[in-house]
Formats: sequence, structure tokens, C-alpha cells
Amino acid sequence: MSPAETTIPQGYGKVFSRPQSLSDAPTTYCPGCLHGVATRLIAEVIDELGIKDRTVGIAPVGCAVFLYRFYNLDFVQASHGRACAVATGLKRANSDLMVFSYQGDGDLAAIGTAETVHAANRGENFTVVFINNQIYGMTGGEMAPTTLPGQRTTTTPRGRDVASTGYPLRISEMLAQLDGPRYITRQSLHDAPHIAKSRKALLTAFSNQLEGKGFSMVELVAACPTNFKMSPDKANKWLVEQALPAYPLGDLKVKE
Amino acid sequence: MAKGITVIDKERCKGCGLCISACPFGVLGFSDEHNSSGYNVATAVAPEQCTGCTICAQICPDVAIEVYRKEKAESKEAA
Amino acid sequence: MSLQLMRGNEAIAEAAIRAGCRCYFCYPITPQGELVEYMARELPTRGGEFLQAESEVSAINMVYGAAAAGVRTMTSSSSPGISLKMEGISYMAGARLPGVIVNIMRGGPGLGNIAPAQADYFQATKGGGHGDYRLITLAPSTVPEAAELVMEAFELSDRYRVPAMILADGMLGQMMEPVELPEPVDPADIPARPWALTGAKGRDPNVVLSFDLDPQGLKKMNQELQAIYRQIQHNEIRWEESHTEDAELLLVAYGTMGRIARTVARLAREEGIRAGLIRPITLWPFPYDPIRQAAQSVSTVLTLELSAGQMWEDVQLAVGQRADTPFYGELGGVVPTPRQILKEVKRYVSS
Ligand SMILES: Cc1ncc(C[n+]2csc(CCOP(=O)(O)OP(=O)(O)O)c2C)c(N)n1
Ligand code: SF4
Ligand code: SF4
Ligand code: SF4
Ligand SMILES: [Mg+2]
Repeated sequence: MSPAETTIPQGYGKVFSRPQSLSDAPTTYCPGCLHGVATRLIAEVIDELGIKDRTVGIAPVGCAVFLYRFYNLDFVQASHGRACAVATGLKRANSDLMVFSYQGDGDLAAIGTAETVHAANRGENFTVVFINNQIYGMTGGEMAPTTLPGQRTTTTPRGRDVASTGYPLRISEMLAQLDGPRYITRQSLHDAPHIAKSRKALLTAFSNQLEGKGFSMVELVAACPTNFKMSPDKANKWLVEQALPAYPLGDLKVKE
Repeated sequence: MAKGITVIDKERCKGCGLCISACPFGVLGFSDEHNSSGYNVATAVAPEQCTGCTICAQICPDVAIEVYRKEKAESKEAA
Repeated sequence: MSLQLMRGNEAIAEAAIRAGCRCYFCYPITPQGELVEYMARELPTRGGEFLQAESEVSAINMVYGAAAAGVRTMTSSSSPGISLKMEGISYMAGARLPGVIVNIMRGGPGLGNIAPAQADYFQATKGGGHGDYRLITLAPSTVPEAAELVMEAFELSDRYRVPAMILADGMLGQMMEPVELPEPVDPADIPARPWALTGAKGRDPNVVLSFDLDPQGLKKMNQELQAIYRQIQHNEIRWEESHTEDAELLLVAYGTMGRIARTVARLAREEGIRAGLIRPITLWPFPYDPIRQAAQSVSTVLTLELSAGQMWEDVQLAVGQRADTPFYGELGGVVPTPRQILKEVKRYVSS
């Protein structure tokens, strides 16, 4: 049954539907992948702020590489890790654009660390959505800088050994130390209340840009059920029990 | 009549089950059906329990769920 | 219009501003410091954006972003920095984004030195980045020509939606010469960019991509690129030719070496050696045919470079068995004098 074929009895009003900024294309994410929730929340915020006609998204290299297909927006696909530099170029060329990048933890916190730190430090007026799923999803589940100590990945088959591979990189805490950024927050996508908070954070981040207030980054902690080799439900439980203690939620920097 | 109605777009559903475990009222479950991509799709197995709270739609990564809720002014008429 | 005494690096910067470059991104490196400084001083006061990036990787990706937004944009660097830009250049080529990259070459490989060299010819013309792509490569040999070719680079890059490179060297960057600067481009004359990312208002979304996971799709994308490259090869080959009609020996040299070769040819003629010169101005597309034709009537085609012989390979391809194709080059940033080269020339004429 498609929604169009359903007859809703009189007296009922729609309280939840697909946002306008989303295209009809199905996502390419695995079943139960929280990338999908993040993708939707951004569309809702763009709709709410009425900025669809002036928004340019930046797709990363990673599981969100097809992001441009999922929206009715102008889009550019950036090379691995360089989204913050591409965003800088877009925004410097045309400050009327509303620019957001969408990046995984390999993209943003490993290969793209320099671009991210310096864009944040310059206080570039765009919005970064950072999906921390503690893994390289697209390439088959290798260790990310955010992988937890002891966590098994295809490149840490005996569990991440911090003595040789270092510790989970808390990039939001790092950026919060800088004078440049306006807003740095970490939220989670594992259940409806946290999704509501994530949405609010995204709304703040995009509103900041609209008001010319500078760099905002929303880190969204997510799970990768496929590479965790868990059911989506289990992966979300694991996220709460294992990942969230390493990645405390909340605003890390709010510059007035 | 239930306070809420969910409409699940079967072709969008990937059968991840997140909506099923998220619904506080046990409304949702797996159907006997598979969509054209082969996913076992979710459906309302106890629709009369639905409150229209939208929790299922919030968690659905594929934005496959629409939710309708009984409008307040009209709820008396309907009853 | 008046003549101005300008350094090569400054003339390139000024010409870029006059060509309508609105966004310039850089990372400091010698010997192109004056270009960066000129842009830092001038561009913001003339309606443009200057930004010193955190690396050359970032700078080229800023160019990628600004180009996607639909403005004329440029970056400049020298050899080691250009190596870092290669990923971004490949992405620009794949995504069909115009933009200008200036390489004021220095000695390599590795950190090399800051002396003039021409050892990045392969990197510029044979694809220093990955994939089947080409860079329009323009090689000036004087300061006025550098200014002219910067204007040209923006025009060609826009017309074909292919990134373009100015390939010069430290000598040209530092040298001062009188320049008659080109008139500023009227923004109305810059071709429209219906593909640019301006927000999907009243039209379908625009998407700038350099990938297609479907092999058939990527094949098609590549075929389109190759068709553009064939057009460029057909329409845009530029070279300078002197005294080739009666030549017994043909010199082929570009950029700074092309400039030295001009003197060498004159000195040779003074000594009764009928030397001709072809100076490629576009290194890609390369002037194979003009060289082939000029080679018909000579016994020797001597290639001169500030490298171990990179363009030499293209000259050999052009000449084939029609003539001998020896090479003379200097390495490591050493620049030979015309007299030194003349000695070399004499070896081939007497033999
Ligand atoms: C320069 C470069 N290096 C490596 C890759 C291969 N690669 C593709 S995606 C990826 C990691 C993606 O992980 P992440 O950013 O965490 O995104 P996720 O898939 O988890 O959402 C890598 C290493 C690439 N495409 N380009
Ligand atoms: S591999 Fe992991 S992160 Fe990527 S789409 Fe699948 S579940 Fe999501
Ligand atoms: S709207 Fe609420 S009650 Fe109804 S199915 Fe969804 S989660 Fe359950
Ligand atoms: S959450 Fe969405 S995709 Fe997953 S089973 Fe429910 S309706 Fe299907
Ligand atoms: Mg990841």
C-alpha cells in the first residue's frame, strides 16, 4: 500500500509526513541505519526555515555519498575529507547560499581533520553535520578514529588496541576549545526523544548560519548495524551502553 | 476508533524493525508481506491501540511512515 | 593603456583580477610569494575574496567549491604544493569545473629547491592526478605573455569547463619586464553557468559530481570528456615559430627555456647556422603537427628543457624518424646561458 492509496477516515489530520526537501528517491543506506534519520532531520529543518531555494549540500565520501539523490536541493560531492574546504569555497563565492556539509567520522575526523579544524577556527558561516558511527561504514567496517577501545573492526580484529592505535577522537571537544566556532553540540539518534533533541540542534545550527553567526557543527552519534553485525535494535542498545559513555551528549560550545 | 493511524509505504520499508520496538503501544509488527526489494515489511498489527504519537515515524530511517491523528474538535462528533 | 614594469608573479595576479577572478585561495610557497602577496593586497579591495588556506589540498578544494558556486576562481603554488593539489584537480576535471591553477615551478623532486625548473611537465600534461583527464596547460615565456595567457586560461577553462594551468617557473615569476596589461573583462562577457550551484529556485536541482558507480555511466562520462579534449586539441593549439622556413636545425623549447632558445637561434644565425625555433605555448594540447611539419626539412630537432627531458618525449613523438632528436637539459634549478647551448648546437651542425 502506498500512502496515496490509503483512505484516511474523516476527522484525522496528518501529523507526520515526508519533508518537502526530501526527494522521492529511496536512500541507499542499509536497513535500520541511522544515517536515514539524520538525512530526514536536515530536510525537516530546511523546510521549517524555508531555505530550500538557497541551500547547497555537500555530499561526502562514505555511506552518504549518494546524499544528493535524497534531496531536492543543489548539491556537490566533495573528495574524501575536504567538504569543509569545499564549503568554504562555496560560501566565499556566494554568501547568500545556505551551505551544509554532511560527513562521516572517517571523512571528518581522520582524513579531513585539518579542513574541519581550520574552517571551525575561521568561524566559516556554514553548518556541518557529523555522523559519528565509530566505524568506516562504506569501505567495509574498518577502524575509525572514533572507534571505541576494544571494539572489533575489520582492521582491529582483536579489538582496538589503544597502545598502538590511539584513543577515540572527541573532535567536538577539540573544536569547542577554539575561539572560532559558534555552536558545537553532540546529540544521538538512537530513540525518539534524542532524535527530537538532534532536530533542535540542527535547527539551531542552520539558524545560526541564516543569521550570519558563523560555524556550527552538530555531531550525531549513530550506529552501523551492518558492520557492527547486529540487528538495528541491538546496535542502538550497544550505542547507548558502549558509545554514549565515550561520547557524552550535550552542547559543548554555545558562543553568544 | 483509534486516536492515531499509521500509513506505512511498503516500498520504502526496509523491514529494519526499529518502528516495531519503538512503538510504546505494541501497534506495529511484521506483516506476511515482502516488498519488491524483498524486505519483510512492517504493518499495524494492533491498529486500534495507536495514539498517533509519531514515535515510530521519528525512528524510521527510511521515512516510510506517515501518521494521522484524530483532530480534537471533531473527536466528539466521531465518537 | 600604458606600460608598467612588473614582476611575473605580480602580472599574473593582476591579469587574474582583470580576467574576473573573484575567489583566490593559496598556501604560501617560494618562488611565487609575490603572487600571493599581490592578491592579498589587491583582491579584497576590488570585490574579490582572498583566503590563505591551511594547505594546498584545502586551497584547491576551496577552488572546487567556488567554481561549483559559479565564479571565476584561481589558486597558485609551486611544484611541491601542486603535487598536493592533484587530487582536487582530478576532481575538478571529473566534475567539469573550470578554474585556473598557476604553477611557478621549482627544482624537484621532493623539497628540491627554489630555483627555476621545468620538471613538472609530465605532471601537468600527462595527468599528475588520477583518471583519464587533461589539463589545458599554457606556458608563457615573458611577463607580458604571462598576463595574456592568464586571461586566456580563464576564457578557455570556462568555454570547455576544463581546468587550466599556467605552467611557468621561478625565473619568470621573479623577472621584471614592461607589461601592457589587458583590459579588464566585462562581467557580462563571462559565459553564463546554468550548471552552477545557486540554490534550486524555479528549476530542477543542479548537482556537481565526479563519480558514477555504474561502469556504463562512468564510461559515458569519460567519453564526453574525451570528446571535449578532442575539440580542444582541434581548436586551441598555440605555438610560436621563427625562422623555420630555411632551417637546417630546429630548436624546440618552452617557457624560460623558450626565451633562452630565441637568443640561441639568433646567435647561431650570426654564426651562419640556420637555426629555427618552435616554442610551444600550449603544452597540452601539444603542437605535434607544427613540429612534425617543421621537422620535414631539418636534419636535427634539438629539444631544450630545464629538466631531464620531459617535453622531449612529445617532440620525439612528433618528429618520429624524420630527423635526429637529441636533447639538452639542465637539472636542479641550474639555468644554462645561451652560449653554453650554442656550443651544443654546433656539435650537431658540424657532425
Ligand atoms: C582519498 C580516499 N581515500 C580512501 C577512500 C576510501 N573510502 C571511501 S569511504 C571511506 C570511509 C568512510 O567512512 P566514514 O567517513 O566514517 O563514513 P561512513 O561510511 O561510516 O558513513 C574510505 C576510507 C576514498 N574514497 N578516497
Ligand atoms: S554500512 Fe553501516 S553506516 Fe553504511 S549504510 Fe550500512 S549500516 Fe549505515
Ligand atoms: S504513532 Fe505511536 S502509537 Fe501509533 S504506531 Fe506509531 S509509535 Fe505506535
Ligand atoms: S522503521 Fe521504517 S523501514 Fe524500519 S521496519 Fe519500520 S517502517 Fe520499515
Ligand atoms: Mg563512519
